[in-house]
Amino acid sequence: MKKSVNIEIAYTHIITRKTATFIAAVGVAIGVGVYLFMNSLSSGFTKFSRDNTFVSNAHIKVYVKDKISSTIIPHSSKTSYIINNSQILDLSKKLYNPDQLLQTIKNQPFVINALSLVEYSVNFRRGSSELKGSAVGVDMNEYAKMFNTNKYMIAGSTNSLKENLLGVIIGQGLAKKLSLQMGDNLTISSNEGVIQVLKIVGIFRMGNPSMDEGRCFVNLSIGRQMLKTSADYVTTLYVNTVDPDKAEDYAKMLISYTDYEVENWQISSAELLSADKTRIIMMGSISLTILIVAAFGIYNILSSTINQKINDIAILKAIGFNGTDVIKIFMLEALIMGVIGTAMGLLLGAGLIGIVSNIYMGGPVGYFPIYFEFPLFLKSFILGIIIILCAGYFPAKNAANVDPVSIFRK
Amino acid sequence: MTKDPILKAKNIVKYFYDPATFKALNEVSFVAYKGEFLTLMGKSGCGKSTLLYCISTMDTKYEGELVLNDKLVTGLSPNKMAQIRNEYIGFVFQFHYLLPEFTCLKNVMIPALKLNKLSHQEIEERAYQKLEILGLKDQAHKQANKLSGGQQQRVSIARALINDPAIILCDEPTGNLDSKNTQIVFDIFKQLASENGQTIIAVTHDNDFAKASDRTIEMADGKIIG
Repeated sequence: MKKSVNIEIAYTHIITRKTATFIAAVGVAIGVGVYLFMNSLSSGFTKFSRDNTFVSNAHIKVYVKDKISSTIIPHSSKTSYIINNSQILDLSKKLYNPDQLLQTIKNQPFVINALSLVEYSVNFRRGSSELKGSAVGVDMNEYAKMFNTNKYMIAGSTNSLKENLLGVIIGQGLAKKLSLQMGDNLTISSNEGVIQVLKIVGIFRMGNPSMDEGRCFVNLSIGRQMLKTSADYVTTLYVNTVDPDKAEDYAKMLISYTDYEVENWQISSAELLSADKTRIIMMGSISLTILIVAAFGIYNILSSTINQKINDIAILKAIGFNGTDVIKIFMLEALIMGVIGTAMGLLLGAGLIGIVSNIYMGGPVGYFPIYFEFPLFLKSFILGIIIILCAGYFPAKNAANVDPVSIFRK
Repeated sequence: MTKDPILKAKNIVKYFYDPATFKALNEVSFVAYKGEFLTLMGKSGCGKSTLLYCISTMDTKYEGELVLNDKLVTGLSPNKMAQIRNEYIGFVFQFHYLLPEFTCLKNVMIPALKLNKLSHQEIEERAYQKLEILGLKDQAHKQANKLSGGQQQRVSIARALINDPAIILCDEPTGNLDSKNTQIVFDIFKQLASENGQTIIAVTHDNDFAKASDRTIEMADGKIIG
């Protein structure tokens, strides 16, 4: 195959101007490197906060929504109305026929896991001290499978609840506040007035105060007992899906199967999401600005190259190269600089990610939440090349418009 | 010997607008024949260089018609014109204008590589041949800007010859050369015209150079006067 003469010319220009090429490439490298690093940082934080959310929250929850009575109720006489104080109706939180609904949900292709549980408020008491909190009555083995709870157990195991009907698993914060240890008894009372003395068979630490200080897990039957309800009583279904980002769409699909409230996690964690969004936009715009500044570097270097080579361009045109050829030559030079610079930038970004990911933050965070994410590498590479091609196009276009006669007649 | 016309210029009119409107060429018509060594002479500003660039197809902003090899060139697209320049026209300039970062050989090869009709190896052989004709074979692998002025001028002639163009246009080809190099260049042109049947059109100020050519067109104030 004949190598195109345009490529040969561009290549020679690059080779004979190593310093300028290198400087341009370094500019791009810094831009792309910082872009990659900042976006990985942002993505790492988002992943961390998301993981934190899903430690205790399902992608989708199904429950009975509180109903508020309407203020005006038409009277049977049709000429008068009953005016009422609007208030929460004292309806049961019970989901009817939960097993069938659970089965229907489990049969959806996008559902990985679903389980039913009872949620209720409790008071924890030890001696004279009393703390408010919430209890979840659930099949703990299934729950642990769904939320990977074993990872957060610092004493005992999730399995021990099954072996011990009158057991309870509590958070580290609660244990500390009430000076409780494994094997101690904890008195729990429900709003319904049922008091249970349960034995602590497990302690967890999830790094989230509302969980660690106020949540306990009991067996499903204990939960029902404390609410004085029947054996099929269920307040909530938890559903995990294949893609949490699509939870909203999945929730919409589930609505058709039930009249109960179907809530995706984006609604329950709206404040978290908006913080994520702010961070993504901020970091994204800063890093993009840096990348664009790097592109101006390429623009400058190519512009000055073209000014220096204006005679050469005139000769090329005289001996039969047309405008398109000239654009190709200089775009190719921009592309070579861009590819070298972008490759260097990816290495730089990878180096920064490597260093930062080894910084130990301590506490529940552990190591700095930053990861090597291939899609971000790809995105940085493509964006780098596109911006450099744009920056190269305008000088190349100017070169193509050089009028050779005006150069020769000078 | 019959005379075949290779280039016809018909009523070429050219204006310059900057700084003031000025008629640089006033209905210039002439014919150049195959194998002719033609020189254009005249005082500075008489329009001879302007005429050269009009017939070179690089300057397209003129009135009139230009016929090259029986084909009307005026009004073709810029890309088409670039192609015609590449294949049919060779250029030699006063300031040798080589591409400085390429070797002499590469400089000579580039128009042929652009034309893309022969293999790389054939082009290289031809380039060596042309350099040999001009006595520069031993300089082939030197970088162009390392050569003396006379040598660079000869390399640029070799470059003009690589595609065996029908016409070679020269703008003061000997303007920057000493008498010895001028003689060499002149002899080469003479030989190209008589032996290869290529047409040379050269703008010059050098009276001796012009007298020794086949025909001299004299210009004054944008018109041909003889």
